[in-house]
Amino acid sequence: MTPSTATAVIGTEAGPTWYRACALDDLEPLWGEAALIGGEQVALFRLSDGRVLAVTHRDPATASYVMARGIVGSRGDRLTIASPLHKQVYDLVTGECLSSPALHLRTFPARVVDGAVEIGIPA
Amino acid sequence: MPRPASTPLSQPTSHGSGAQAAAVAQVAEIGPTPEPAVRATRVVIVGGGPAAHRLTEALQARSLDDPGHPDPVHVTVVSEETHLPYDRVALSRRLLAADDLTLGSPDLWVGASVALRSGSTVTGIDPVARTVTVSPTGTAAGAATDATEVLEYDELVLATGSHATRPAIPGAEHCYVYRTVDDVDFLRGEVGRLATALGRPARVVVVGGGLLGLEAAGGLQKLGASASIVQSGGWLMSAQLDQGAGQALGRLIAAQGITVHTGFRPREIRLSPSGVVGGVVLANGRMLEADLVVFAIGITPRDELARDAGLTIADRGGVVIGADCRTSAEHVWAIGEVASIDGVCVGLVAPANAMAEVVADRLHGGDAEFPGIDDATKLKLSGVEVASFGDAFARTEHSLEVVYADPARGLYQKLVVTDDARTLLGGMFVGDASPYSSLRPLVGRELPSEPGAYLAAAGADAAVSGDLPDDVAVCSCNNVTAGTVRAAIAGADGTDPCTDLGELKTCTRAGTQCGSCVPLVKKLLETELTKSGIAVSRALCEHFELSRSELFESVRILELTSFEDILARFGTGLGCDVCKPTVASILATQRSDYILDAGRGALQDTNDRALANMQKDGTYSVVPRIPGGEITPQKLKVIAEVAADFNLYTKITGGQRIDLFGARLEQLPDIWTRLVDAGFESGQAYGKSLRTVKSCVGSTWCRFGVQDAVSMAIALELRYRGLRAPHKFKFGVSGCARECAEARSKDVGVIATELGWNIYVGGNGGFQPAHAQLLASDLDDETLVKYIDRYLMYYIRTGDRLQRTARWMEELDGGLDHVREVVVEDSLGIAEDLERAMAAHVDNYEDEWAATLADPDRLRRFRSFVNEPTTPDPSVVQVLERDQPRPARPDELAGPVLLSGPSIPVRKA
Repeated sequence: MTPSTATAVIGTEAGPTWYRACALDDLEPLWGEAALIGGEQVALFRLSDGRVLAVTHRDPATASYVMARGIVGSRGDRLTIASPLHKQVYDLVTGECLSSPALHLRTFPARVVDGAVEIGIPA
Repeated sequence: MPRPASTPLSQPTSHGSGAQAAAVAQVAEIGPTPEPAVRATRVVIVGGGPAAHRLTEALQARSLDDPGHPDPVHVTVVSEETHLPYDRVALSRRLLAADDLTLGSPDLWVGASVALRSGSTVTGIDPVARTVTVSPTGTAAGAATDATEVLEYDELVLATGSHATRPAIPGAEHCYVYRTVDDVDFLRGEVGRLATALGRPARVVVVGGGLLGLEAAGGLQKLGASASIVQSGGWLMSAQLDQGAGQALGRLIAAQGITVHTGFRPREIRLSPSGVVGGVVLANGRMLEADLVVFAIGITPRDELARDAGLTIADRGGVVIGADCRTSAEHVWAIGEVASIDGVCVGLVAPANAMAEVVADRLHGGDAEFPGIDDATKLKLSGVEVASFGDAFARTEHSLEVVYADPARGLYQKLVVTDDARTLLGGMFVGDASPYSSLRPLVGRELPSEPGAYLAAAGADAAVSGDLPDDVAVCSCNNVTAGTVRAAIAGADGTDPCTDLGELKTCTRAGTQCGSCVPLVKKLLETELTKSGIAVSRALCEHFELSRSELFESVRILELTSFEDILARFGTGLGCDVCKPTVASILATQRSDYILDAGRGALQDTNDRALANMQKDGTYSVVPRIPGGEITPQKLKVIAEVAADFNLYTKITGGQRIDLFGARLEQLPDIWTRLVDAGFESGQAYGKSLRTVKSCVGSTWCRFGVQDAVSMAIALELRYRGLRAPHKFKFGVSGCARECAEARSKDVGVIATELGWNIYVGGNGGFQPAHAQLLASDLDDETLVKYIDRYLMYYIRTGDRLQRTARWMEELDGGLDHVREVVVEDSLGIAEDLERAMAAHVDNYEDEWAATLADPDRLRRFRSFVNEPTTPDPSVVQVLERDQPRPARPDELAGPVLLSGPSIPVRKA
């Protein structure tokens, strides 16, 4: 487990600023991990097919930073993440809360480039 | 409620609707007060048994339904006994396990409009002046003392019940009866005392082979006595059973080691020269040796007050009432066993409840009438089932009896039907009464199938039906109809639908008294839910159609080892936070592999995932195992040092352990390195697994202890540690009957006796507290462990997700009796298999924290950030309170309070 430097700016096109978070191999499939990126706590999830999804690590219901420790699953066709504290279920792609419509989970763009996981933080 | 026209409104009184209970007693001494606008009708109930309880509850319920009622009722219950009204039907439970039998909620008795005067006896009634005289229990009749009071009433209800009858034979005064809580408490103690004093089991002769006698003899035999029954009739329960059924019962009772002597009455109680009971002489001259004699030959209505007051008394005793429950005196009613209707007093709870409801209705201006006696009975005596109902003796003209008898199995089943064999008139069951609960409500109705289809010979599967007509009474104790149960399930009148059995029982009261109708209520629930599409789906979640127990068995039989295989075989989608932890738990129970390896980590629930308990701020608490609550000062010091060094909030748990709060994820390995080095292991406080075995110091130190509770607790905790189950479970071990370890509030409670251990099962605290119930008595260590092995494994295999043992047993068909059959009698033939499964768990146990620390790949899972593994979560902010850290509250985060972060004090919105 070699920590990569989270502050490395990969590029700044028109969209978000991309940061390298870690190597894909640092992530165990479906085992969420937190990363400190550009001052944000981000929860990273490596899916079984090698894709990586990123949402905020902050639990919208309690403001505690725990989301990476939730359980990844599905509801119908949607990929979900359940808060480890009170089990609200969120769409892992859109951040929509499926159990309490008032809540919303912030999502971040994520991509895998040459075996490295990169997270986009909006400017 | 219209006040009776003759109520003296000008009578000075202190009884507003909010009158204090005590004021009732002092009414005669209180001077004139201004007349309140509305005065409560004063109802005095004489007697504090189930009938009085039901009436009070019914009157209260009617007032509560209509709080603004212009005619409030104030109820005073005068009860001889010092207990709150209790469930006499369940005395056998009290005999075995000192259960609390209090009826309903004790809250009933604390309201302003109800006064319970326990330990008080009514010694006289003046129906003209409408007063009763009350003295402390034990005061001689007619002897006026300072404590004697006169209570006025507007309406008087006699619910005085019965005496247990004692025969007029020499020596009878040295014998005991089986009637009250005090009686059975005495008998329980006496059997133990005699065994100790005599150095052998006490010989107990129970006189009377009816329901109560059988219950008493069975209970006393279980308590270790050597019991026999003397029955004057030709066979047992001759009032309810015909000869064939009685003989089948006799064989089953004899098989339990209880000797039955039929055909002769006792003539004399033989005393030893020192004046203690030595034996019972029968009418044929035969002498039965006895250390203790208990009479259960019947009951005599306590009509003496009514007799003295000049009320009409029936020829065979009892206060004569009409269908409206009125006696011959105005404003005097009688209910329960003391009431004689059509010349008969009935000693059953269902008619007593029905009469109470009639009086409650009439006092509120209704015109309810007593519907007639339902004398159906069902008895369950350590596995022997007996039931009779309706015209069990086929007294109806031209009726037919359809009988199935299998003497070898002690089985006798009979249905009585009309001459066309279509309409059910009654029935009788011995040995297997399973058709009883669904057939009894059908008396007088056409049977859906051939009569023979309901008997064991045919498999008896036709019997149970969830399609009963709405007007059929499902629960005769509380007169609850199928329609009422259905309405509750559907959620009528704006109430929430009852979708589980416990809820349904609470809100309809069906099945809360004798419990015999519970299987039927459950069937109704399932039928209704299925119909309404709520589906009694036992499905775990949207990904698995199977229930937890089905999944458990499937995984076990197919020896599946991964979530992916299990999902591919039985499920759909990707799983979720419901099925993943369930599968993780099933795999952990069956395989004992390290729970976070090979992809299993991603299945684990919040706490299991970190091998620690997540708190509200995302930090964790740490609980090292302290088996039995015993710890050396040296180890205690290690815990203190760890807590101090890592700045952990420290609190003693309810389970005799120590909880250290505020540990961050990345600190857990360092904390556990220190703890494991000092000889601690994981306490599994994070798992749905064995938590703690609480113990008292037992015979090691305590003056009263009779067994070594601490050693037993430690042995049990070390045996079952790490065992994962549908829900967390706890044990308690007490070294004597004083029960300082509160073992009966645990899933498994072990309580020392002079002879070994009693095991109680199914207790828990939590949202719906339950007392554990006695499973078996006086076990040696080896048998105790064997029974616990079987009990736990059976629970783990068949329990629903997150179902605690109490609810699990409640939902099981047959409840505690079924569990006892499986665990003690091995009725399913799986005992060995269950023990083997437990042995495998015990052999493969490893401490999860030691296993974690030994492997760097496993430690990786405890980093705070994948890119900065040791950086603390900057959002965690704590404040000091009473010299210990705790999470900052939102207002403290906003305001100018001294805060401290983990190492970098950072404030985040």
